[in-house]
Amino acid sequence: MAEHLLEVRNLSVRFHTAQGVVNAVNDVSWHLDPGETLAILGESGSGKSVSSSAIMNLIDCPPGEITEGEIFFDGMDLLKASDEERRALNGKRIAMIFQDPLSHLNPVYTVGWQIAETITAHGRPDQMAKDRALELVRRVGIPNPEQAMKKYPHQFSGGQRQRLMIAMALGLKPDILIADEPTTALDVTVQAEILTLLEELQEETGMGLVLITHDLGVVAEAADRAVVMEGGRIVETGTPHDLYHNAQHPYTRKLLAAAPGKGEMRQPDAQAQPILSCRNLSKTYGAFHALDRVNFDLMKAETLAIVGESGSGKSTTARLILRLEEASGGEALWHGEDLLKKSPREMGKVRRQIQMVFQDPTQSLNPRMSVFEIISEAWVIHPGVVEKRRWRGRVEQLLGQVGLLPEHANRYPHQFSGGQRQRIAIARALALEPELIICDEAVSALDVSIQAQVIELLGRLRDELGIAFMFIAHDLPVVRDFADRVLVMKQGEIVEQGPVRQIFEDPREPYTQRLLAAGLDPDPEVQRQRREARLKLSA
Amino acid sequence: MGQNDMSDTTATEAPAAKPAPSKSSLLSMLFADQFATVAACFVILVILCAIFGPLLLGEAASDQNLRARNAPPFTLDRGWLYILGGDALGRPLLPRIVVAAQNTIMIAAGAVAGSFIIGAVLGLTAGYSRKLVSEVIMRLADVIMSFPSLLLAVIVLYVLEPSVLNLVLVLAITRIPIYLRTTRAEVLEVRERMFVQAAQVMGASTFRIVFRHILPVILPTLLTIATLDFAFVMLAESALSFLGIGIQPPEITWGLMVSQGRQYLTSAWWLAFWPGLAIILTTMSLNLLSGWMRVALDPTQRWRLETGGKKNG
Repeated sequence: MAEHLLEVRNLSVRFHTAQGVVNAVNDVSWHLDPGETLAILGESGSGKSVSSSAIMNLIDCPPGEITEGEIFFDGMDLLKASDEERRALNGKRIAMIFQDPLSHLNPVYTVGWQIAETITAHGRPDQMAKDRALELVRRVGIPNPEQAMKKYPHQFSGGQRQRLMIAMALGLKPDILIADEPTTALDVTVQAEILTLLEELQEETGMGLVLITHDLGVVAEAADRAVVMEGGRIVETGTPHDLYHNAQHPYTRKLLAAAPGKGEMRQPDAQAQPILSCRNLSKTYGAFHALDRVNFDLMKAETLAIVGESGSGKSTTARLILRLEEASGGEALWHGEDLLKKSPREMGKVRRQIQMVFQDPTQSLNPRMSVFEIISEAWVIHPGVVEKRRWRGRVEQLLGQVGLLPEHANRYPHQFSGGQRQRIAIARALALEPELIICDEAVSALDVSIQAQVIELLGRLRDELGIAFMFIAHDLPVVRDFADRVLVMKQGEIVEQGPVRQIFEDPREPYTQRLLAAGLDPDPEVQRQRREARLKLSA
Repeated sequence: MGQNDMSDTTATEAPAAKPAPSKSSLLSMLFADQFATVAACFVILVILCAIFGPLLLGEAASDQNLRARNAPPFTLDRGWLYILGGDALGRPLLPRIVVAAQNTIMIAAGAVAGSFIIGAVLGLTAGYSRKLVSEVIMRLADVIMSFPSLLLAVIVLYVLEPSVLNLVLVLAITRIPIYLRTTRAEVLEVRERMFVQAAQVMGASTFRIVFRHILPVILPTLLTIATLDFAFVMLAESALSFLGIGIQPPEITWGLMVSQGRQYLTSAWWLAFWPGLAIILTTMSLNLLSGWMRVALDPTQRWRLETGGKKNG
């Protein structure tokens, strides 16, 4: 058998939890060669991060327990090595970067100091560490590297922070870089830049890259080989091309089928009447324009998608309409009446008609209330919608409508998975029979297959109940399948709006074109073309 | 989706799903935590003492017997009432502690409940309302905090008649800022959580948001502070009683007994030790109970008690 740079053999890890023993990974084997990019693809709970945690000695034992297996790095079995030996490898020869750079950078030290620390921690002199840190900061493309060294993590954007994390990881020219969801928290255009940077760095240093991701697009863009994981097991291994075109395992096929952006695009109804019209809607924080004179109409029973990167003002629009924040100017006409001028009492009545589904269902459901209490609260607030003796039945009916079971009513939010929680949040929004539901990144935090189910659910509700949706998202393929019309926002302004077909097939504004080109497609062939288009646009 | 979808939801079911608790399961959760069970028994005992003690042992507690001055504990020579020894005037300690429970608990509970309720309400208001109201309340708290409580006590003493009620009042006022500041800090954090916004979107009134959504989240913290404050209030009360407000001999409280016994500490330790022990045990029991309550009232933590407190192996 040929010697690999890193090889995981028959690894099994289990955790002792309150609910019993959980087998996090079972009999997992994979290997990595120098200069190669291996993607580990899986949804949450699939155990995709566990094997890399074992490599980095990050599993707490107990509750974790490595029951079986070997991890060979450069001919040495890491699991048999002492803590001392492993510390000498970590950071020096095997480095890791994480999803959320803000929580992994220490806020009280300058970034220059932190990057140098990894180098001095392995016994290099201070001056050498400083020089190397500066070189790295320059290499990862931070503007004004000399000044940047003296700044603190909060003074950088999300993408820049991830670049700094990469710089930190590369401090000692590791042989292997493990990237755990490195681009998940980033905007599409930034994601593409970070992946390109990783690729360039890999070519320069010849390191092996392990890319842990849930995104088929990332696999298509960056990976040489991919392993697909489900429920702690590897179900399939292959090149992105093979996986896409002749997936063997049903789970891989299910994942591919769930990937959004392939369905028929919808045609907006030209005759529909607007129910919500925003005119010159504005919001300023001091001199900063979060939203600058935004105009749009939302028709009855149609889905209007608002897309844009973080900070583009798409959530602000929703918050102004719902009066969670006060607008600085303009009007929002709901059936001809200006929402922004309504008194709290009048607004209370309108709230029945406009409901909202938030991004993170874990946070938007009160953890101390049962599902029944969460859903029926709407009727406590708006008496007269449903008689009290019929509450139980109606809650059960709503739960059925969103694909949950009647007996779920007595449970608490923490007893459900993320996708189920989002269904509860949708059931709560439906309780008042609203005309408009605003979904603020309602599916962004969910796994691809769950995401597809929730989108399907929303689509069904739209068709059956005639509810209009304002669908705020940063993920373009989801929008493509679900929306009638699309608004593209950038820095508080609408740059382009139109029917979904026009936006996706014939985008006029360069910003929209760039946004579309930066999106990652699960098909490696399509992705290669996109990448060329992207490079042309940025050139 | 339909059928297919239903099977999905049951497949991804989180384990240990149980319906909301009834009264009987609350009791079984109490028994699941042995420390909390013992603590609950002790608290019940103290409350019984407080209610019936003066009726049953009132005579014995004030009966002076000069031959039993500073009588040592653990001897039955003078009858079982002297099992814990006698005080400086020869009164038996055990009945005195039992009788003193009434005043002690009344004052401590009154002061803690008063400061708790006022502090929490002001804190919720300060945390959730506009800047101006919040500022006014916070500066008020600063004034109370920077005002020495002894000075306040002396002022009250000169203005008002010494009485138990005034004592409770002084103690309650001086402890308000603790609850107020904690509540406000917690509210500022909780109000930004998504479920509060979800309630706003639904059209919930401010009252509903504050009391139904925010208060239950911060209540465990406040209860823990309140139980710890119990001990502080008991000892502070003895200091104020010494100044002449509130409790005057022959009325007794545990705090007063401790401070009276202090001068005999080298020759007769038991004078201060037994009432001190009563204070410690009461506070500790309340603290254990509040710890149990925090777990029992939190749906995400409740399984710890429902699985019988067994460690997973």
